Amino acid sequence: MASSPPLPPASAPTAVPAVPAPGWFVRALDSDTWASFRRSPIAMAAAAATLLFFLAAVFAGLGPQDPFDPAQLELMNSRLPPIWSAEGQQPFLLGTDDQGRDILSAILHGLRVSLLVGLLGVLFSATLGIVLGLLAGYLGGYVDALIMRIADVQLTFPAILIALLIDGVVKSIMGNRISTSAILSVLVFSIGLSFWVQYARTVRGSVMVEKNKDYVQAARLIGLSSPAIMLRHVQPNVIGPVYAIATINFALAIITEATLSFLGSGMPDTQPSLGTLIRIGNRYLFSGEWWIAIFPGAVLAGLVLAVNLLGDWLRDALNPRLR
Amino acid sequence: MIAFLLRRILQTVGVLLAVGIIAFSMFRFVGDPVNQIVSIDTPYAERVAIRASLGLDDPVPIQILRYLGRVASGDFGISYQFRQPVSALLAERLPATLELAFCATVFALGFGIVLGVVSALRRGTTLAATLETVSLVGISLPTFLIGILLIFLFSETLHWLPSFGRGETVRIGGWTTGFLTESGLRALVLPSITLGLFQMTLVMRLVRAEMLEVLRTDYIRFARARGLHTRAIHFGHALKNTLIPVITIAGLQLGSVIAFSIITETVFQWPGMGFLFLQAVQNVDIPIMAAYLLLVAVIFVTINLAVDILYTVVDPRLQLSSPRAG
Repeated sequence: MASSPPLPPASAPTAVPAVPAPGWFVRALDSDTWASFRRSPIAMAAAAATLLFFLAAVFAGLGPQDPFDPAQLELMNSRLPPIWSAEGQQPFLLGTDDQGRDILSAILHGLRVSLLVGLLGVLFSATLGIVLGLLAGYLGGYVDALIMRIADVQLTFPAILIALLIDGVVKSIMGNRISTSAILSVLVFSIGLSFWVQYARTVRGSVMVEKNKDYVQAARLIGLSSPAIMLRHVQPNVIGPVYAIATINFALAIITEATLSFLGSGMPDTQPSLGTLIRIGNRYLFSGEWWIAIFPGAVLAGLVLAVNLLGDWLRDALNPRLR
Repeated sequence: MIAFLLRRILQTVGVLLAVGIIAFSMFRFVGDPVNQIVSIDTPYAERVAIRASLGLDDPVPIQILRYLGRVASGDFGISYQFRQPVSALLAERLPATLELAFCATVFALGFGIVLGVVSALRRGTTLAATLETVSLVGISLPTFLIGILLIFLFSETLHWLPSFGRGETVRIGGWTTGFLTESGLRALVLPSITLGLFQMTLVMRLVRAEMLEVLRTDYIRFARARGLHTRAIHFGHALKNTLIPVITIAGLQLGSVIAFSIITETVFQWPGMGFLFLQAVQNVDIPIMAAYLLLVAVIFVTINLAVDILYTVVDPRLQLSSPRAG
């Protein structure tokens, strides 16, 4: 499905390149994309919020408590409500869970896990999708048919189902005694495998247009190999739309990870992501301890909303028909 | 036209075969099927005999054919955890899932179309802006979180609606329905909203975008020039033309509604196929996982095929153009 015409890369210079060519930073400041960013308050707010979430995750260790150090946990402090209610206690700003873990600290660490899985998942699926899309579009023939048929079969299933299946199968092969980092890799792997199709289809469509252009013929004439042409010459010209897809898919990957963790197929209680925290909190929702589930949920929703808004804007900004 | 249909049907069969082979490999190569049957102290000779009697020593292609043959006749094997035929387990839970999916789709289409039309016609007003924001929030909230929030608000805090299960059901033949009792209907409300909210925002955004596009076209301008009522233009001319893509998307989404019911059913402890599948994943109950995979594939592929065929019937342009257009 050649959905859209090839788009210019994100930081395409608008004017005729001056001599000497300006650096990437100057070019970025001069680009249409930056101008449209400066004109959109929603995009700026979303970018600021996303940045804030990332900073919070990076500096998670500065939270009031290390939720993974058992020595710091006091069962006496368990299930404390947030600080503004009558039974709230210092320093537990957002209250504590059943093990006396500070919710705020747990959220900061969970945010780190969620963002990590989301980023790696997007990176993996984008790489896979771009490579397969380049191969399918550039080589054509049987390779193209094979890759696109696999894509068709996979599109038959929603990503969450594929991720659940891969997760279940891998875990049953590896058994129950797998380490946290192995679980994290399985999550990244299953999320990556569920989302590559969109990239592959978009890249393939653009490559089919690009490969008949003169510069590709020229590169072929001077004797460059196919991989070199694909990666160094065609790839930069088809990568534009991928940024928008990747941003939206980043939000989807975070949702998928959270869903898997919530369903019990994702991160374990010992290294909780936001989804795991919500699953833990869900057990206490009916006994009135709403803060254990609601605060991680609010952070998750805020994060996804910010990334989605950013992706929406990016999609429009990179679409030449909407300019 | 006939060639196009034949090709689509062939493609469909191909997809189903591929999924069948994936299901078979899950069956055969994830863990050892013999270990699921015998106990720890079964002697080796007996294991070998069971292996042979199950046909696990035959060449893989023959095993695949045999598996596909069994599946085609509705035999998905025995569930490891329930020790019951998988087909019976699935059949027992199918009504719950289908009723939930049906209500969710009705909710999504009803509210989605109305809200989409409103936000297109009232563009630029506070109402439209509010609806836009709500739709964005709806897309950003993961399904399970919506479910938890609804339970927290309507069951835990307000005590209006039940938070789990189907309520009382009535059995009609092989079908259990929750439509006929008050508690059954009440139990349907929250899960349907949870499951349908994402589709609703999707329909709403689609209707809005299509309406805005259609309202700009010449025939609408012409209809205005003819002096027709605004209402007649909006609903008789504009909405009618936006509905074709909406119905397509809704049809295509029906499959993912059924698949996404895994999450909703788990949150609400809804006794449907999705909940069964999740239990199977957690207990590595491969026969149920494989059967569910096949079932979802059949549903998806049939819907896709039906939509394609309907399209060629509804849209005369597709019949004239080359088959590649599909």
